[in-house]
Order: sequence, then C-alpha cells, then structure tokens
Amino acid sequence: MKIAVPINLVPDLVEELTIDDSGTALDMSWLRLTINEFDDHAIEEAILLKEENDAEITVFASDQEGVDDMLFTAIAKGADQAIKIMGDFEEGVNSHTLARVFRDIIKELNPDLVLTGVQAHNDQDGSIGPLLAGYLEMPYVGYVSGVDLQGGKAIVKKEYPGGLIAEMEVTLPAVLGIQAAEEPPRYVAISKVRQAMKTSTIEERDISELDISGGPVIDRMFKPEVGERAIMIEGDEEEVAARLIELFEELGVL
Amino acid sequence: MAYTTVPKSSTFSETFYSSLFDVTDGERIRTCLQCATCSGACPYGYLMDYPPGKMIGLLRANRFEQVLETDTVWMCVSCYACTEFCPKKIPLTPGLLTRAKEELLLAGSIPNELQDALENSQRYGNPLGESPRKRADWAEDIEPEIVIMRKTKRPVDVLWFVGDYPSYHPRVQNSARAMAKIFQALNVDFGILGPEENSDGDSQRLAGESGLFEVLAEKNGKVFEKYQFNEIITTDPHAYNAFKNEYPKLGIEYPVRHYTEFLADHLDELKTLLQENGSTRITYHDPCYLGRANNVYDQPRAVIETLPGVEFVEMSHTRSNSLCCGGGGGGMWLDGFQWEKAHARLSEWRVREAVKVGADILAVACPYEAPRFEDATKTVKGAEDLIVKDITELLVDAFVTN
Amino acid sequence: MNQDIFVVIEHLRGQVADISFIMLAAARSLAQGAGGQVVGVLLGHNAQDLANNLSADRVDYIDHPTLAEFSSDAYILALTEIISKAKPKAVLFGNTSIGSDVASVLSVKLGLPLVSSCIHFSPDGKFTSQIFGGKIMTEGTLPEPSALATMIPGGIKPEEGQSAQPPALNPLSIEALDDLRVKLVNYIEPEVSDVDISTESILISVGRGVQTEDNIELAEELADLLGGVVCSSRPIVDQGWLPTSRMVGKSGKKVKPNLYLALGISGAPEHIEGISDCENIIAVNTDPTAPIFDIAKYGAEVDMLDLLEVLIEEIEEAKEG
Repeated sequence: MKIAVPINLVPDLVEELTIDDSGTALDMSWLRLTINEFDDHAIEEAILLKEENDAEITVFASDQEGVDDMLFTAIAKGADQAIKIMGDFEEGVNSHTLARVFRDIIKELNPDLVLTGVQAHNDQDGSIGPLLAGYLEMPYVGYVSGVDLQGGKAIVKKEYPGGLIAEMEVTLPAVLGIQAAEEPPRYVAISKVRQAMKTSTIEERDISELDISGGPVIDRMFKPEVGERAIMIEGDEEEVAARLIELFEELGVL
Repeated sequence: MAYTTVPKSSTFSETFYSSLFDVTDGERIRTCLQCATCSGACPYGYLMDYPPGKMIGLLRANRFEQVLETDTVWMCVSCYACTEFCPKKIPLTPGLLTRAKEELLLAGSIPNELQDALENSQRYGNPLGESPRKRADWAEDIEPEIVIMRKTKRPVDVLWFVGDYPSYHPRVQNSARAMAKIFQALNVDFGILGPEENSDGDSQRLAGESGLFEVLAEKNGKVFEKYQFNEIITTDPHAYNAFKNEYPKLGIEYPVRHYTEFLADHLDELKTLLQENGSTRITYHDPCYLGRANNVYDQPRAVIETLPGVEFVEMSHTRSNSLCCGGGGGGMWLDGFQWEKAHARLSEWRVREAVKVGADILAVACPYEAPRFEDATKTVKGAEDLIVKDITELLVDAFVTN
Repeated sequence: MNQDIFVVIEHLRGQVADISFIMLAAARSLAQGAGGQVVGVLLGHNAQDLANNLSADRVDYIDHPTLAEFSSDAYILALTEIISKAKPKAVLFGNTSIGSDVASVLSVKLGLPLVSSCIHFSPDGKFTSQIFGGKIMTEGTLPEPSALATMIPGGIKPEEGQSAQPPALNPLSIEALDDLRVKLVNYIEPEVSDVDISTESILISVGRGVQTEDNIELAEELADLLGGVVCSSRPIVDQGWLPTSRMVGKSGKKVKPNLYLALGISGAPEHIEGISDCENIIAVNTDPTAPIFDIAKYGAEVDMLDLLEVLIEEIEEAKEG
C-alpha cells in the first residue's frame, strides 16, 4: 500500500518572533524553521504502519530553509521516497496554497492513505490535512492517535477532550490529521542521516505557477502585552487568600 | 517507548565484539580476568543486570544481545571508574560502554530526556534547547565588555571556550561571570566565541552519538580556524577532554588547558588578589573528566590553597577514587531514567561525604556539578547549610575589596 | 445571502461543549453590527433538548439517525447543504476535534474563505486571531460576503452565550445522509489509573516549601475544593512523597492547566520547562528573588503553609454560604 506524508517547516519558537516593517507579517530574517511537531508524528505513524504492513512511504515538502535535512531525516527513519517541491516558498505561503500544491503531488502518487499533522501553530486559514481532503474529495478524520488497517479501511482512534477516544471506521483512500503517533517520534542517529544523504536522493519537482489565493487579509500583526514579572499581591496570608479567591473566580475555577 | 532492543542479526554479538578492537587499546578486552573490579567500582553497578564485568562475560559467550535487552547500558554515567581501576587497563568506558550505547542509539531506542538533549544539540548547538543567538547573554553586564571574537576580530592570547551550561544555565552562569572577573583581574588577553560557539560534543559522544560529535566538532573546528589565539582555556572538563583527546583525531588540534591548570601557573599573582573571607573548611570534588580521565588532581587543590584562612579537607573518595556527581558523560540526560531505577542520586552520596568530613563548602570545577550538588543538599539530612561553589566563585568571593 | 451569523453547535454524548456558548456570545457582537441574527446549527438525533439554553435568535435543527454521533462526513454533507442554501455572512466553528474536522473541508467545498483561531469579533466585522500558541495576534476584516471562521477560547466566558429562555427551534430536513465514509465504531473510555496531570486543568503544585510529607495533605485539601489535582517539582518526588506521575518539569511532565498554583517552588529551569505553556501561573514563595516570579502572572511572598490554611478555610466558608 502507498502512504503519502506531506510535511512542512514552521517557525521555531526557540527564537523570539518579531514582526516585520509592514506590521502584518513575521520578520523572516531571524526566523529559524523546524519541522511541524505534528508532521513529525505523522512520519512516525507512517513508519509504524510500514513496520506492521507492507507499505511504501513518500514524504514531500516545499522548498524552504532546512528542507533537505528534514527529508533526509525522514528517509533515515524509514521513508522510501522524498520529494522536494521547488517554487517561491521562501517567505511562506498560506495553507490553501500549500494544500493545492500538495494535492497535485498526491494525485500523481495515488496513495491509499495520506498522513499529515493535524495542525500547525502558524495556521491562519485552516490546516493542511482537512484542506487537502477537501481538494482531493477524500474523507478526513483529525486528532488521530492510532491507525489500524483492516481490509480497505482504516480504524482510527480519534481524540476528544478528557481522554475520551472514538474509534472511527474510515474508507480508503483517506486523509488523516495526526495528533500523536502511537510511539513518540523515534530518534535517528546523525550517522544514519549522513548515510542517507550519501545513498539516497531527493527528487525535485517544479510547479508551474503558485496560486496564492485563500489566505486571510491581515490589517495588523502584533505581540500581546507580556507582563515582565509577576504582579505581586501585597499583604499577609489573609489578604493574599482573599485576592486569590477573586482570581480563582475570574478564571472560572471557583 | 522501549529503551532496549533486540538486534536482528545472529552475528550481532560477534560483530559488536570485533568493533571494540577499533578503539585505542581496545584489544585489551581479550585479556579480561573477570575479576569484577569494574563491576564493583561502578557506582550503579549494583543495579545493572549486567555490570561491565558481566558484559564481557556475555561477549565471550557470544550473547551480547542479552545485555541490550535490559536497561543496563543506560544506567552507565560514563564516569570512567571502571576504566580507572581495571587491572588490565581495558578502556571500558570508551571501548565498551560507549559502543553499546551507540548500538542502542542506532536502533532508535533511547530514553526521552537523552533524545531531547541530542536533538537540541543538533538543532541549536546546545543540549538545553536555548537559542544560539543568546549564548553570550550571560556576559552582557560585565565591565569592561568581554571580547567576542566575531565582533572584535583581533587576535587574542587566550580563547576561552565557555561551554553549554556556563552559557545558559542560570546557576552556572555565575561561575562564568566569576571566571571573566578573574581573567580581567589577571590582565589576561582573552576572547570568547559567543553565538559561534557550539557544544563541544563530548558528552553526546559518550552517550553514543559519534555522528553528532563529529558534526559539532567540525563546526567548532571551522570557527577556531577563523581566529588567532595562542591557546584554548576552558571552564568545562568535558570540553577539555574533547579538545585534548578527541578533536585531534579529527585533525583539530590546539593547545588546551583547564582553567585550574592555567591558574596553577599564576598562584603568586592570584594570592595578591585575595583576602581572607572568614575561616572555612573546604573540600574538593574531583570531576571525572578532569581527574580520572585526564589526571589533573594537584592544580585545583593548589588553587584552592591560595584562599586565605581556608582549611582544606579531603573526602573519603578522593582523586582517582572520586564519586561521580551523576552528570558524567551523558548522565546529565539520563537523570529521570536512572532515578526511576535507583531512587538514589550519585550526587547525594557525594554530598553526604562532604557533610561527614565537616565541610562548610564543597568546591567544584565542572559545570554539571553546582546544580546537581545543590539539589542534593536539599534532600540530604545535615546538608542544608552546605555551600556548593565553583572554584572560580570562591576566588571572586575572596577578592580584595577596595 | 443574508447577514446572519451561523454557529455550528458542538456536542458530545449529550453535553454541549463550552466552545459552543463562547461562539454564540462572539456571534452576537457580529450579528448586531451586521444587522443579522445569531443562528445555532444543531445536528443530531433526538437532541433537540440540547438547544434549550443556547443564546441564539433561532436554532436550525437537523435530526437524523446518522447524526446521532459526530462523523466528519455526515456533518460536512449536512452543513454543505445548509450553508449553500442560507449563504450567511459568517459560519463559526470550534477549533476542536469536531469543528476543525469540518471547517477547512467546507472552505474548499463551498469556495469560502476561512480564518483560523479567532478569539474575538467586533460589530464592524473585524476578527482578532491568536496564533503560535498565543505568542502572536492578528487583526483583520472578515472577508465579504461570506466567510468561515474557527474559534478558540480567549476571554469570552461560556455563560455569556447561555440563555434562560430556549431559542426558537427551526427543524430542517436534508437529503439522505448515507454512504458515509467516516463512521463511529465505538468509544473508548479513558483509563482510570493515577491522574494524568498533563490533561488536568487545575494544578496545585508543591515544592520544597512544603517541608514535610504530611503537609502535602493541605495541598490535597485545596485541590479537592477546587476540583484540581496535586503535582510537584522534582525534589518532592525524589523524597518519595508523591509518585513520579505527579512530577512537573524536564524529567517529568509538561502541563498546560488553566490554573497552575506553584507553592514553595523556586522555579529552576528544569521545572520551568514543564510549565512554559501555562498562562495562569500563581506563585507563592517566601523568597522574593525566586525565578518563578519571572514567569508567573501573579505572585505572593507569604509562607505557603500559612496561606493554605487560610485559603482552605475561606473557600469552605464561601461554599457553605
């Protein structure tokens, strides 16, 4: 069976985010990109499925800084094929645009299953997974934390709040938005990644045009007021207790 | 997540055994007497299903896979005690334990904390996951301003390799600042790499990630090449070990000293800077990678003895016999895992020894130690008043105030 | 085409989710400015009672056996029909396991723009969104004439979307909902073992300041009163006073509760790592230089044990009175 895993790089929050001069977007110059955490889980889930079933995994991503490392790491973990989509992706594109780009790749691949992260923290106009499902007219289940393949269907575990899980039966081909793989993403030794760089190649695909419609029009992007230090509550334990009770009520705890 | 693994090949044990001969002096493993001194010296040996001596036994029986099916290997903190005491001088730490960890790592099975530290080291150049841009932030308030090589672009006498924890960990940044003050008081012409500095990679290497070590070493090597300096001085025994013994194997070779070696050459000058700071009893903990791994025992003691009004006492485990603080080579990142099994921290044993010998101050010389020992003082009875300080901090505390 | 604001009501096993009320309250502001109505869209089977306390001008209710449990396919089919017929100014979905399964798909199917993670709407049609886990905010105008939006909680309280008077119920029927490609098989209840602090919303965390094992009982009492759970920094677990499952921090768990009360915890980096995502940290420590105060929202320099005694007393009185 064929599993397609579209993945994406997102701004790494280890570096401080700053707004650019236009006041409507992030300043990309200091940005460090890292793999979307949920896409990492999608890769892991795909590899776990490959270990249980006979499957071929194709990972693909748009050309951004760090994409080669990310794709070779996926290969070192067990992906069979990696595709890098060339185009004007440096400044980042909205989710609808990226989903359309992925749609074209997936149509060619004709997979049984598409696994991708359920969301990304820079989503402004929806998430890749369900958008893809819309473009491909495939069924979609998100917040998936387990996948079991049975016949031409997938039985997936869908997470609800409070630890409740719903088992859903999904006909294939389908798109699944992964919340968590059944095992945490495995570690892959650097020597293995370097090995993959020597023995495997990343296929480059050009796209003719980028249709960038679909994103929201932002008037203003800004950072919320961050209080530096804690607001200190003065007084003895009686006065502090009284103020805390007020705060508990405000938070809906009491 | 399984931290153990079953290797898939039937010749695994044989292949693994042969690979050990590639390590310097590795063939000595053939001469093991099965005396079990290593197993006895190992601080966590009593908890391992297969302490070092037994590991060799299984190697000889061609059944090493059994060892990897247990969590024995991740109980090792790479403290070099086994290596130090082996009568046949088998390089057990680099030549057996590190290789075993490497096998588990290649199979993808490692404890979460360690995985985070390794992934952080790869992404950000430090195991703490901090922004590389902020690596010199600890030095912001120091007057006069510290030379950061990329900005100042001039040759210096000493390149001070600061290290991960002194750069980022709030407790250890104090000792970095203290070192800066000492260098300035001694008029040393020094500079630091700041954001260009990457983790030395030694603890990562000992935890089994030789590939990562090479990547980090290459990065540091390229940066070293850009600048002119006469020697590297470091506040981190792990970096010291790396630059002295491992980087040269990759063609990166520079004269390097640990700061205590440097200060030991400036004792007279140092004395003029110090005044009595109350009379205290100080004991000193020999770090694994300064002591056992590199035989630097006298210099730190000489430096401590310059402190006026100080009574120096030795703990029962001293010099090559020192008890690892638990940080070891990668032990820092196996803490949670080892605690689950041991319910005892090596740092607590050490702190108990300091208390027993009546010390007011436990002096350290490695960045892993201050946070670890201070945590231990909170839980060991009788240790509430024990002060833990790096030698640099003790010196600065005793600086003559004008 | 109209100026109504539709809100897709989320419910699970007979309970309306808080986000539904929050969306209704947010929709009110939009609807007033646009001169339209707030319409709740309720999909279910024998679920009309769920509409009873929704604060909406009307509730469009579709009853069908295949809507008894949530299925993305079923909701998408039903909502495609409803939205394309009504053409409202905006449709609000929760950014949740229910809403997020359908909002983006509908955006593509209906060709309507979608704005994610909104926390607020103003009467003149402007939205405020929170991305990067709250680190960045954006503001813009909802695209005309019709747009979809997902919402996350952010200041609006559920009570603001609740009503004492049941809204007008408008039953709708739609074409058959068969050939669903996504079907519920069964539910798996969460395991009842020791608590998973990473999913708890109220955490009372103790550090060295608790001093003895017995004092932890005070923290437990407070936790019981608030419906929360006790957790701790590493030294407490090291002592064996709490199980490892309660440890917060680098060697333990990362938590994201609504309230994190840090009592007698200094705030070492290893602990901070476990609470870096917490919005509402209240720290109590007798040491004013404790690093925990650098990341807490509120702080107090009193002794945690004295405070616990008074707090417990006050809360018990308040509950009785």
